[in-house]
Formats: sequence, structure tokens, C-alpha cells
Amino acid sequence: MFAELFFQYLVAGLTYGAIYAIVAIGFNIIYNTTGIINFAQGEFVMLGGMTAVTLHERLRLPLPAAIAGAVLVTIGVGALIEVTFIRWLEKPSVLRMIVITIGVSILVREAALLLWGQDVRTLPYFTGDEVSSLSLLGARISPQVLWTLGTCAVAVAFLSAFFKFTMLGREMRACASNRDAAALCGLPTRNLVTLSFVLSAGIGALAGCVVCPITYTQYNVGTGLAIKGFTVAILGGLGDSVASIAAGLILGVVESFSVWVLPTAYKDAISISILLAILFLRPSGLFGAKGSR
Amino acid sequence: MATLILRRTCLTLLAVSAAASPALAEDTIKVGALLAVTGPAAFLGSPEVKTLQMLVEEANARGGLGGKKVQLVVKDTGGSPEKAISFARQLIEEEKVFAIIGPSTSGETMAVKNLAEEGKTILLSCAAAEVIVNPVAKHVFNTPQKDRYAVVKIFQHMKKLGVTRIGLLSSNTGFGKAGKEQVERLAPEYGVQIAVNDVYDKAATDLTAEVTKLKAANVQALVNWSIEPAQAIVIKNARQLGLAIPIFQSHGFGNIQYVKAAGAAAEGVIFPAGRLLVAGGLSDQNPQKAVLLAYKKAYEARYGEEVSTFGGHAYDAFHILVKAVEQAGLDREKARAAIENMKGFVGTAGVFNLSPADHNGLDLGAFELLTVKDRRFVVLDR
Repeated sequence: MFAELFFQYLVAGLTYGAIYAIVAIGFNIIYNTTGIINFAQGEFVMLGGMTAVTLHERLRLPLPAAIAGAVLVTIGVGALIEVTFIRWLEKPSVLRMIVITIGVSILVREAALLLWGQDVRTLPYFTGDEVSSLSLLGARISPQVLWTLGTCAVAVAFLSAFFKFTMLGREMRACASNRDAAALCGLPTRNLVTLSFVLSAGIGALAGCVVCPITYTQYNVGTGLAIKGFTVAILGGLGDSVASIAAGLILGVVESFSVWVLPTAYKDAISISILLAILFLRPSGLFGAKGSR
Repeated sequence: MATLILRRTCLTLLAVSAAASPALAEDTIKVGALLAVTGPAAFLGSPEVKTLQMLVEEANARGGLGGKKVQLVVKDTGGSPEKAISFARQLIEEEKVFAIIGPSTSGETMAVKNLAEEGKTILLSCAAAEVIVNPVAKHVFNTPQKDRYAVVKIFQHMKKLGVTRIGLLSSNTGFGKAGKEQVERLAPEYGVQIAVNDVYDKAATDLTAEVTKLKAANVQALVNWSIEPAQAIVIKNARQLGLAIPIFQSHGFGNIQYVKAAGAAAEGVIFPAGRLLVAGGLSDQNPQKAVLLAYKKAYEARYGEEVSTFGGHAYDAFHILVKAVEQAGLDREKARAAIENMKGFVGTAGVFNLSPADHNGLDLGAFELLTVKDRRFVVLDR
């Protein structure tokens, strides 16, 4: 019984962690190019889920097509946001960027409320349905959690390869480490920043679609998801997607086990305490190199 | 010169408005709608305000209230008690409304309870918490069924099923807290032990760990008290873990979108609710049937969306006000006394029998136990 419970809590933790991790990845991309945190990242996640639901239910598109469509639409919105609000700024301060992205997130959220209303929506489970689960060492896990973990893995593999091995990826990293120098070398820094918004909007939308059957979606889910995603991105070390996944899973499992021994009400207190401890003891994150940023 | 003209224009405007306003006040009666039209409680305020707009139009087409046209003054609180306070002040002191319908949530209602009392303005709240009408405030009423009766209905059914050991989950909102307290208070009376009693965050995205805790504690039933999407998440998680125990939800589950969201997992969930959700399936002898069907038909035809019990609370509030004015005329104190002594008013939430000691007027019979069958709400067979 004990072992079974242990695995069940572990699996529950993986479920939480998978949700946190996939949202966290999106934060890293824009950070990697611009050095800023995009506080509208949660809205990309919401837009992805909501658009996919609309395409699937209203236009009767098959699920994969609806998800692809949602990713494309969100990419469009991401590019539009960058071009409208960010592109024309000359050397914006961090504070200004924070205020702008928070403003954008409110704008997107209110637009979503007008467009979709306040109803709770969901996509069908990719495999099985709301009650199906797989048995794993006596614990049960929803197939959608595996889909989420799989999507995390693929997204991170793609991003790592992109940033390490492609010219474009390297240019984006150059842009992050020194924008002036990158511009002097002839890199189109403004386009690279737009590209980073496009990428993170795409990843965010994908996250929104894959977690939607588990968490549901609504015009205001972005904020809640973004807070946890942001926590996890910082915990792992900003800019490192692999670290984000590890940190996400660690945090999820810690939260889950905390429910085992403590009242659930302490769950968020525990995750925030961990975040604070990390910020004091290792400001660069669990996996970040010492002394970086 | 310019200042002089400006001053003169201002004076003229003042004179004109001073002349116009008494005339306006003579043929209209203002009713405040202090509702959470947007924000996190919009699922309450939105159907409520739509219902009121529809009813005011109907009332005016029939010649208004006490011979005067009704003017609905809508204030959107966004679900915030602070905004509710300042809007309530505006409605009472500046607009001098005849009565206020709302607020939508219990927290907001408690924030403005004293204002209504001091301003001697009738407040017909659409929120359920028992503290709104207990202790009784002279001018404050509410129209939803009491939390306590929802819990009693659930416990009565548990007794029938022989359930003595339950797990209780609730969200960290006013609604969740009020329900949790009622369950804790009434459990001993029905010989029920609460083996797990956990509160989760209202924005919870997955509750597998909490459900695991219930599984480990070997409970015979799960009671969940929340109004957020989490109530549809928790039943999925329970069924995914293979937990085959009966699941009880609060009356907050009475919104078909949660059934759609939970899909197969929603089947068999038991919850107390007013009869609006199952109006078509009621017997013709039921006194509420005609009222419910008329409201449902009018609302759905006009707004193209499914009617909800929350809009029904505003429907009841407005009709109670109309009936009071019909009886007592447009004198505030007399209308208030008429509401306080109203008997046998058939509304969407039940049959109201108010008294000076009971400013709600609904009894246990206002609730029906419902369940989900083939993704629809039906009355639970007993």
C-alpha cells in the first residue's frame, strides 16, 4: 500500500510538473534573445487553448489541424504584439518592458473575454477520455500527462538544437548577450527579437493545447499558469529550457508529496518558499552557472 | 468675457438640469443593479444583469412599476468588495435608488450590508451565504437557497447510502469556506466522519494528489465545494485514479459547462440545486413549473444561451420587488414591510415565505438532488 501510494503521489507530481514545465519553456526563449521576461507568456498559453477549442468545435477541424491552426494564430498574435508594442522602442529599460508586457497581457485577456465570454472550455483528450488512465507500478496516470511530458521533451530537443546548431539560433543568442555588438556585426537584431516572440508564442500555444484537456481553459487561465511557469523558469535558471523541465518536475513532485503529509492549503506556500530559498542561495537558479546574471 | 460666457452657460445648464430632474424623477423609479458583470464572478453577474435588463423592459412595456417607468442603474463591481462599497454609496446617496438588486457574491454583500441598512435602501442580494440574513438586517434580503440546506440534502442522501466516512475538498473562496463550515457543523448530526478535509487553491489545475489522499484514507464518498473549474477537474482525477465512490458537489455545479468539461467523469455526480435546471422534467402539479419554463423560454430566446440558476436569483429578486410595490405602492418603508411579510411567492429558487425573522424565506424543499445522466441534469431517482 505504501509503495503504491508513493508512486501515486509521484505520478501526481509529474502531472503538476509537466504543466509547469511546458509553460516555463516559453519564458526562456524571449529571455534568451532579449534578456527580458515576457509577462504576457501566459496569455499565449490561453490563446493557444482557446483558439484550438474554437477551431475544433466551431469549424469542426480534426484535432491535429485545430492545434496547428491555434499555434499559427498565436504566432501571428505574438508577432503583432512585438511589432506594435516592442519593436520601435530604443533600448527599453527592463522596468519599461515589464510594464509593457503586463499591459499587453491585460489587453489580450480582456479581448479574449469579449471574444469568447467567460465559459470554461476544453479539448478532447488526445488519447482515451476523461476517465481513462494507464497503470504504472500500481499508480494510475492519465495518458494526457504522457502527451504533455512528450511535448515538453520534443519542444526542448527542438529548441536546444535550434539555439546550438543553427545559424539563426546562434544569431538570436548573440542578440541576447550583446545587442549593440550583434547589430554592429550586421545582425538584424529587430527581426531576431520578433522571431523570439514568434517562437515563444508558438511554444506557448502548443503548451496551451496539450494541457487544455487536463486543466481546461478560460479567458483568465493565463495568469495562474504564467505565475507557476515563471517560478519554475527562475528555479531552473532563466534561459535554460532543460533546466526548466527538471525544475518543473521537481517542484511538481515536492508539491504533490507535501499534500501527502500536510494540508493542501500549504502547497503554494511550500513552492513559494522554495523559490525564495533558491533566490537567496542560488540567484542563478538550481542549474544555472554560478555568477551568471 | 470668455469666463463670463462660460459662467453663464454653466448657470443655464444648471438651471435646465434643475428644472429637468424633478420631472424625470416623477415618472421614473430607479432600481440599482450592483452586480459582478465582469471579472472572476462574471458567471454569476452576467446572467443576472441580462435577466434584469429583460425583466425591466417587460415591466416597462406593461406600464412600469406603480405607474412609473423603471430605470435600471447598472454598476459593474467586477466581483470586488471595494468597488461594491463605492458603487453602493453612489446608488444610495447620489442616484437615490428605490432598491438595489445584488451584489452577486457573498463577500460583496457583506461589505455593503451596513450601507444599505444605514441608507434605508432595500437590498435584494443574489448571493447565498447565510450571514447575509442571519443576523437579520431590516433592509437586507437574499434570494438563493441557503448553503445549510444544500448540505442537509447531501447528508440525508448519504444516510440512505450508508455513508459514514467522507473526504471533503473545498476551494479557498468565500463560497468554498462557507460550504466547508456547514459540512463540518452538520456532519456529527448525521453520524458522518470527515476523514480528509483539504482546501485547494481556486486556480488549481490538477488535483490528483488531493484525490490520492482520499484514496489512501479509504473514504466512502467525496464532497467537493467550489464554483471554479476545479470542481470539474477533481471528478476527472478521482475517476482516473479508479476511485468509484459517490461524488457529491455543491449547488455551484449547476452549470452545464462543467458537465461538458468533465465529460465521461461527470456521469453520476450528485448535487443539490434549484429546479430551474430540470424544469422540463417536473410534474405538472409542481407550482414552480410554469414560472421556471416561462423564464427559461424568455431568457433563452432573447440571449441564445442556456439559462442558469444564478440569473434566476435576480429574477426572483426583481419579482419580489414588483410584488411588494404592487401591494404597498412606492413608499420605501411600506414596500420593505411588504417584502418582509410576503408569503407563497413562487420564484425560480422555490416558494418564498418571508417573515421579519427570516429574510430569505426558502426552506429545505427549495433544493432537489440532481445527478448527471448522459451529459444532462436529471432529478436523482430515490
